[in-house]
Parts: sequence; C-alpha cells; structure tokens
Amino acid sequence: MNKNNGEYLITRNNNTYEVIIGLEVHAQVLSESKLFSTSSTKFGSEPNTQVSLVDAAFPGMLPVINEHCIKQAIKTGIGLKAKINKRSIFDRKNYFYADLPQGYQISQYKNPIIGEGSVTLDMPNGEKNIAIERLHLEQDAGKSIHDIDPQNTLVDLNRSGVALMEIVSKPDLRSLDEVNAYIKKLRSIMRYLGTCDGNMQEGSLRADVNVSVRKKGDKELGTRCEIKNVNSIKFMQMAIDFEANRQVEIIEEGGSIDQETRLFDTKKNETRSMRSKEDAHDYRYFPDPDLLPLELNDNYIDEIRKNIPELPDEKKKRFIEKFKLSSYEANILVSDIDISKYFEEVSKNSDVKLATNWITGELFALLNEKNIEIKESPISSKNLSKLINLIKDGTISGKIAKSVFEIMREGDKDPITIVEEKGLRQQSDPKELENIINKVIAENPKNVDAYKSGKDKLFGFFVGQVMKNSNGKANPKLVNEILKKKLN
Amino acid sequence: MSNITDLKLVDLADKIKKKELSSFEVTNAFIERSKKSKKLNAYISENFENAINSSKIFDQKPDFEKKLPGIPIAVKDLFCTKNIRTTAGSKILENFIPTYESTVTQNLLDEGGIIIGKLNCDEFAMGSSNETSYFGNVQNPVAENLVPGGSSGGSSSALSAKLTPATIGTDTGGSIRQPASFTGTVGLKPTYGSCSRYGIVAFASSLDQAGPMTQDVKDCSLMLEIMSTYDIKDSTSVEFKRENYLNNLNDNIKGKKIGVPKEYRVDGMPKEIEELWEKGIKIIKENGGHIIDISLPNTNYALPTYYIVAPAEASSNLARYDGVKYGFRSKGENLIDMYEKTRSEGFGDEVKRRIMIGTYVLSSGYYDAYYLKAQKVRRLIKNDFDEAYKEVDAILTPSTPSSAFKIGEKLNDPVSMYLNDIFTVPINLAGLPAISIPAGHDKRGYPLGLQVIGKAFDEQNILNIAFSLEKNLSFKNNIIDWWLK
Repeated sequence: MNKNNGEYLITRNNNTYEVIIGLEVHAQVLSESKLFSTSSTKFGSEPNTQVSLVDAAFPGMLPVINEHCIKQAIKTGIGLKAKINKRSIFDRKNYFYADLPQGYQISQYKNPIIGEGSVTLDMPNGEKNIAIERLHLEQDAGKSIHDIDPQNTLVDLNRSGVALMEIVSKPDLRSLDEVNAYIKKLRSIMRYLGTCDGNMQEGSLRADVNVSVRKKGDKELGTRCEIKNVNSIKFMQMAIDFEANRQVEIIEEGGSIDQETRLFDTKKNETRSMRSKEDAHDYRYFPDPDLLPLELNDNYIDEIRKNIPELPDEKKKRFIEKFKLSSYEANILVSDIDISKYFEEVSKNSDVKLATNWITGELFALLNEKNIEIKESPISSKNLSKLINLIKDGTISGKIAKSVFEIMREGDKDPITIVEEKGLRQQSDPKELENIINKVIAENPKNVDAYKSGKDKLFGFFVGQVMKNSNGKANPKLVNEILKKKLN
Repeated sequence: MSNITDLKLVDLADKIKKKELSSFEVTNAFIERSKKSKKLNAYISENFENAINSSKIFDQKPDFEKKLPGIPIAVKDLFCTKNIRTTAGSKILENFIPTYESTVTQNLLDEGGIIIGKLNCDEFAMGSSNETSYFGNVQNPVAENLVPGGSSGGSSSALSAKLTPATIGTDTGGSIRQPASFTGTVGLKPTYGSCSRYGIVAFASSLDQAGPMTQDVKDCSLMLEIMSTYDIKDSTSVEFKRENYLNNLNDNIKGKKIGVPKEYRVDGMPKEIEELWEKGIKIIKENGGHIIDISLPNTNYALPTYYIVAPAEASSNLARYDGVKYGFRSKGENLIDMYEKTRSEGFGDEVKRRIMIGTYVLSSGYYDAYYLKAQKVRRLIKNDFDEAYKEVDAILTPSTPSSAFKIGEKLNDPVSMYLNDIFTVPINLAGLPAISIPAGHDKRGYPLGLQVIGKAFDEQNILNIAFSLEKNLSFKNNIIDWWLK
C-alpha cells in the first residue's frame, strides 16, 4: 500500500493500480413509526413485539405512507445539496425470504425521491467533492436468526418495514481515508438534520461497498464487485483493502474480474463470493399498485427547506469568519452536531479561544478517557462556560482551573462554588502580593544580586517562589508586574 | 304476507323499521333457507349461530336509524371478517381466521348488518365460473349444473336463490357483473377508489374493487351508499362527495346521451344478446335519451392487456402466502423446499397459471415487451373512454358475450373462459363504474344482462339509467327452487 496524494494505490510487478470505491449507504430514517405502518421502530425490544398486520403482510393489508419519513428524505436530500424529485414512485422488489413477509420489499427503483447531489470532504490535502447519484426510500426486512435454535431459523419482524434511505454515491472515492471521511460526513449531516441517528452498532447505518481497480492512468472503470452489508467503518476499510488486493492479484495473474456480489467475513478478514451476475436475482421490479406515485409541490419542499438547520459546511464557514477559528479547529467543532451545540453554548457567554481550547483539550480528553459522547459529558456547557469566565476575569489561573476541572468532572459542580469552598480564588490584592514578594526577596538575597547583575532567567525563579508562597493562588499577571517593579 | 326471503332489501329494512318484522325473523328465515340449500354449495363458512344471536341482540335494543337494521347478509369470502374464517376460496387459507375486519364489511356492520356467512368464490377471485374454488363448484339456481359465473359465484348463487337479501362481491375483471348477469341479478362495480380495499384479499390491486350485488337497482343504491367510504387505510381510496344514492335515485333519463360502442359487436355474439342490446337502446330512446354511436378503438386489446396486468400484480400479491406466517404450511427439508411444497399444494391450477404468467411478464428481458407495453395500452384504453365521455354521459353494452354455461364446459379451455370477460374487463382497466342489470333470457331461459358504464365517480348517473331500464325491461327471474326438491 502506497499513499500518494491521498490516493490508495497498489503496486505489483511495476504496475500501479488505483482503487475505485462507491458506497450504497443504508441509513435508518429517524422516525417513531415505520415507513408504511404505525408500529414502533424502537431498537432492542422483545422480538416480534413491534409488528403490525401490515408488517407481517396479513391478507388484505395495505401500506400507507408515513409522511414523516418523506419529509426526512427530503431534508436529507437538501443536506446533500441534491435535486428533490417532485414525482417519485414506490416499486416492489420481489424475492422470497423468511424475514420478508410480503414476498417483496417496497423500494424505489427508476424514480427515486432524491436525485443527484454531493458531499464535501475535508481531506488533509484539501476539499474533495463526492457526487451522490440518488437517495431512495425503502423498507427494511426483518431479521433471520440462525444461531439460537439448532434446528430452526427464528424470525424477528420488529425491523420489518422500518424506513431506510439508501444513499448511493458515484464511484468517486479513492482511498480508505476518504471512505472514512465520507461515512462520517454523511452521518454528521444526517445527525444535524435529525434524519438518522447514525448509530452503527444498532445497525442504523450500514453500507454495501462497490470496489474495482484499474491501472493508474486508465480511463475505463474496471469490473466491480459489491460487498454486501458491512456495518462499521473499520470493516468497510478492511473489506476494501482485502477486495482491492484480491482483484489486483487476479489481474496480475492474467485473469479478469467477475462481476459478483460478495460477503465480508469479519472473522477471517476476507470477502467471499455470494452470487455471480448470472445468478443475480431477477427482482421483477414494478410500481407498487397499492401506492400512488408520490407527488410533491414546490411549496411543500420550500417549507421544509426553510426549516433546515445550519449544516456542518455552513457552520464551519461561520465559525472561521465569526470566531476566527482555524480550519482545523472549526472542522473538529462542527464534525458532530452535539459538539457544535456544546461549543456554541459555551462560547455564547465566554471567550471563544478559551472555549475552543478547553473543549478540544481537557473536555475531549475526558470524554475519550470515559469513552462517552459529548451528550453524556459530566460537565455541562453552562459550568464549563463559568469556569472559562473565572479564568478570563482573573479569579483563578489556568493552572488552578485545571484542578477545578478535576473536581467538576466528578459531578458537574458549579466551578464558582468549588473556588469559594476550596478558597482557590486568585490573590489579586496588590498589597498582599507585595507582602509575599517582599518576603521572597528578603529570603533570597543572592539570587536578587545575580538577577540584578544580568541573570534575567532568574525572574522565573522569583515567580515560582511567589506562587509557592501563595499556594498557587497568586495572580500571575500581577505578580509579574510587581516583581518587575521591585527587582528593577 | 309473502315469504320473507322473497322481499327486497329495501322492503325488509322498511318492515323492520315499522316493526312488522323483527331482525330475528328475517335472519332466521334466510338462515333456514340457506340450510336447505346446501346443494348449491354457495357457502364456504356459515356464521348462523352467531348471526341468530346478533339478531336477538338487535331486537332487544333496535336502532331504526341504521340503514341495515338487523339485516342478515352473506358476503364473498374474499372479505376478511374478524373471527370468521376467511379463505379466498383457497386451500392455502383454509384455516385462516382474521383478527380484523375489512372496511367494507365493517361499514355493513356499522349500519346494523349481520354477517350470516362467507360465500364461495373462485380461488383468489381468479375465475369466471367459480370452478377454481378449493371448496367446490357452485350451482346456479337458474338451472342444475349451470355455473353461477365468477369469481363472485357463491354471491350470485346465494343472492338469486334468496339465501341472502343482498350480498357483496369484488370485481377485478367482471367478477361482480358477469355472475350477476348469469343469475338474473344486479351487480355494480364502483369507480376504482370508491370502496376501500382494506381487508380484501388482494388479487390485482390496481383493478380490484368491491361492489354490491342485489335483486334490484334500488337495493343496489342502498348497498353502495353503505359500502362506499373514504378510507385512509387504503392509499388508493379517493376522497370525493359520495351521493345519497338511494334518495337521489330517479328514472328520468330525458336528454341523457348514451353511447353504443361499435367494437362491442363482436363476432359470434348470440343473436339473443344482439336483440337484448337493441331492446335496451329502444327503451332509452323511448324514455327521452339519445343514443350516440361511439368508438372505443382499443377494445380489442383490453383482454390481452388485462391478462398481463392482473397476473403480474397477482404474482406479487400472492407471494405472501409462503407458509411462514399463517395459513397452510407443508413440511419441507429446508426453507426453499417448504416454500415449494406449501405453494404447490396450497394453490390450485388456475392460481398457479396466473402466478407463472405474472412472473414471466415481469421478468427482466420480458418486462418491456409485456408489462410495460400493457401499461401503455391500458392508458390508451382509458383515453378511449375519456374521448367518448366528451360526447356521451354513459355507455350501454351487453354484460357478457354469452349466458351461463355448464359446469365443466370451459374448465379445460382457459382462453375461452377468459373471453367471457371481454365486455367487463375494459371498464376495470379504465377504473370506471359499471352496473349489470338483468335484461332478458336466452332461448334456454338463462338470464342475460345489460351493462351501463359511467364516468368516474358518476355512480348516481348509471344507477338512474339502470333504474329506468329496469322499470321498462320488467325482467322476471324464473327460478324454480329445483335444489330444494
């Protein structure tokens, strides 16, 4: 593996191959109820407790579209800067499986609700746009469970009928880092919009990965393989890595790639053939006659557009302009909606620079250590803001602030109370400070002489002594001023 | 007083409201007659005991505001009925008992109706003679060993034999109108979107429509009024102003322009039907209506179009009967084997035939040539009607190209069977309302019907025209209760 200009290149026998990746991301729509029924979508409930007659495909049951899911798809489309199609059609994708009660999945085939769009990635060597081909709505299937009963496969239909957005990218991704950045960016946009919680552990975000390779410089795309249903960024990267190398090996040995669907075995870290193109299902797509074509008018779309929150790209721009943050800092702070919210809450009443440093420094370290999200932070934005204000107005020093932070993390205590209770308030009374300084000067005549004869570096020694004598509470700025006056 | 079971629906309701009859008396009379009529095989499931109880409960606290005050009704077994077995005429649903009620049957119940049983029908409503039912052939009360038509054959048989004062059917390609025509009764297929499809076992979703089957046009108006409601549970249900069909019923057709399509004069049509059509035309003229010759040029393509669209949808609609969740399940070595055995044993030949056709026309490589082409032709057929309706208010045709045939006569000739629907199918493809009323008899004495086709949601108009025709035709069904002897 060889990184060049951010591209993933594989070199064998003096041939250099570039790896071409496209993703079909399945994002579960954030919605209380399913796409065509009123059953709950809550994760982790007892099997088969969230199944309506529609979900289980009882005779005579009919799908009725959940308008909320339509709005969510439109919002996401706007977030992807994509074309919203005013007319879209729900089709039936026909196949038999035990966890597919209808015998078909309702999906969108030729006329998806969202057309072409794009996603901007911030890569180390600059921005890169990934083109989106389409976004369509579809039903999720139930779950077949093969490993509970030795004789039987068990079926849980709780997930059956849950709304998914399938977001299909063009084959624009060129490296594992780009895949990582793309998934994270999609997730971030959808979380800003509240259209998908992006929780990969719970399966709210999964992807089919299309991989092909071609000799560097070739114009034509190579034959691709599709790796089905990969459910973490790490596994996506591992699968792509394996698959790209597998394809290069085949080509180098004079073979050619068969278009096929493959599975990624996470235990063996390899992809395996699932079915070839010849064996591909004939899904017999046709428009679902139980549902009318979905027609949207401009007013409807405009109304949704009006209520779109500020998205990461715009927020980043604003942070840079308004708060004079660096691109790097802004990227970190906008990467997740909850982080950006926290930051804005803190910076609303506090110094922006300090807020940035404390959040990306102390707070992130704390969250990392505890392995928690910012939403679960033991320190509220309100209290962090207070702490920063205490530094800013000179009540405490940055160093004391760190020890206050250590106390806050144990129970979100108000930093003002902590400072009062522990008597940590900075000594800023010039009289008191002068007394301490006088004492330090009196106790160190040799050093005073040395300093006066030109050993400037000893200034730090005096500051240290004063701090020590004040139990660290002396206002360093004042100490500096008074010391300078006294010594010079 | 004449026999209770000879009374029309409207009269029964009237007599119950006037307390001349009780719900129990009426319910019991139809049930007793039904019990004596097993030879017809009109019922798949009887709900007699519960119905008697319901009638007694009604009589204890009668609500005379209802449109069907304690009136017993047997319904086609394609409507899911809560706690009453619903089979769709198929082995695969032989033991299926819904926990829910279809919207249409709920509407009947809400108006005081009492369900006395589930009526035989072709399996999944696929057939024109009721011979594809897993539960056996149904006799036409008109004559022994005559088919009652299909797919609502149990309904037409029970209605004409007076086992139920009225009934409901479903019509995908003629399944209400053709059996009505074969049994000398009235059958109406409403505009697509008029009656909710919720809880009706689906055959072809874009064509299926529930409708009333009754002794006369008045009863038909009352039933439609009850059945037709807007329903959010059916996305294809249409919100439009539904008339008070019975109150608004009148036989004044003065000035009405009635179209007569030349394409319906098919080769080999029996002379009696030709004459009957002329009789209808004459009546309309005599009553102040204008007859206008029209053309529906794509009529010839309706049948092939229908036999692509309907099986395509059916092949997908019937995929849910896989033995996994409910209904019949056969033992298999594995999942695929279980599917294959369940569906091989659970479905009858006609259903399998249509699943195969439907699967074929949707397959990649054939989709464009069949399904897509059929959709385009369907649009042309609808355009034909739109064009015609620029000139006329309604269209008059025969209901069927022949009268009822013998049981077994066409069973091994599916195409000849399919040809039976030639006059009814185009109306389903266009989503329009049409009513079949009994108009006369052929030389053997078998009933024949005339069909009045309307504009979308113009049911009142075709009911009025049918009402006028009915008055002037003075048709009398000469059923001699042969099965009771």
